[in-house]
Amino acid sequence: MNIIVNGNNRTVESPPLTPLLHVLREELDVLSPKAGCENGGCGACTVLIDGAPRRSCLTAVGSVPDAEVTTVEGLGAPETMSDVQQAFVHYCAAQCGFCTPGMIIAATAYLEGGGSADRVEISEALAGHVCRCTGYLKILDAVAAARDGGFDLSTTAESPHTTVLT
Amino acid sequence: MGSSAEVIRPGSPSEATSAYGDGAGAAVLAGGTLLVPDLHFGRARPERVIMLGDAGLSYVTRSNGTVTIGATTPVDALVGESSPLGPCAASIGDNEIRAQATVGGNLCAPAGFGDLQGPLLALGATARSAGAGGERSESLEDFLTDRSGRLLLDVTYAEPAAGAFASLGRPHAHHYTVMAVSGVRTVDGATQLAVVGAGTVGSRLRSAEALAGDAEAAGDAAGDAVNPSDDPLASGWYRTRTLPALVKQVLSELEASA
Repeated sequence: MNIIVNGNNRTVESPPLTPLLHVLREELDVLSPKAGCENGGCGACTVLIDGAPRRSCLTAVGSVPDAEVTTVEGLGAPETMSDVQQAFVHYCAAQCGFCTPGMIIAATAYLEGGGSADRVEISEALAGHVCRCTGYLKILDAVAAARDGGFDLSTTAESPHTTVLT
Repeated sequence: MGSSAEVIRPGSPSEATSAYGDGAGAAVLAGGTLLVPDLHFGRARPERVIMLGDAGLSYVTRSNGTVTIGATTPVDALVGESSPLGPCAASIGDNEIRAQATVGGNLCAPAGFGDLQGPLLALGATARSAGAGGERSESLEDFLTDRSGRLLLDVTYAEPAAGAFASLGRPHAHHYTVMAVSGVRTVDGATQLAVVGAGTVGSRLRSAEALAGDAEAAGDAAGDAVNPSDDPLASGWYRTRTLPALVKQVLSELEASA
């Protein structure tokens, strides 16, 4: 079967009941989705499947033939980061970074769906994503800032929760 | 790790029914939120897996006050429904899980899940299923009592005059339901109550229903009618003593909405 990963048509040899997470990481060498709990409880493996955020650990690859899968690698490169990626960098919204790909994917889907900068609504959108470094406040700041259409890395963040790297 | 089970992808409800047969050796994959990890880690080892994604069982239809929900309808499709179904659906997992998990998967989930059993039992839903002996319709209560070898196709209920939902959760990134009570007032004026979290499957609280006019007595009757076990979320003792409060809250909400 084939799936489209970050715009590239990829042939999948794994059995159809293999979790998409393992197809991405172990067969296709797409490493941003993380294998955390592998039971749908942490959100670290979240990817976009046909534009909707889904747990790749809960998705049998055979159930999404020809689907368009987007991971963090597909959102932007270091030189061409998306608004959400830039905001996460600017607000230091990652510590160990393990949850960050899932957070960024979920935040991207939330904002592309018209989500607001309201902290409660952002929290609801990211409710399935666990950050063991307790970095939630900076993550909320970053998503709220990204709402307004981009982020200038040269500016100073106004978040009370952030020490900005200069 | 991984599963080498035969994979079958029916393209219609009749194909799904035919593929399922009597259910021997079969596992049903709808949203996959429970089954995919079980397959991957070898906790489930079926001979064949029936993927229902293209089986045409995702629908919500309404006709003359009757609502029918297909088994593979995602849980998030119910969030906007009136109480108790909508608030119950909204309390399950998170938005990503709700979009992937299905109504049928939730209803047929092992003990500890199955939140939707509560509101649909309170609504007096009918379950339509296929399996050995063909297709049949029965009360959801009977279906849940013995659903082995049955493929759930859809559930149907009459829209109530009023509904209420009270849940005791455990704080977590996901809201794990310790216990929840659903209540409806039917168009005939009857009160129907159901609980999840007081046994391995949800159940109607008929002794409490009979005393619905006296919330205090109904709550006590509900507590006397259950004998829940301990599990990692809460002890049976705690559940037994919490249930009357949830029943009283639901009856109070029903009274207020009358």
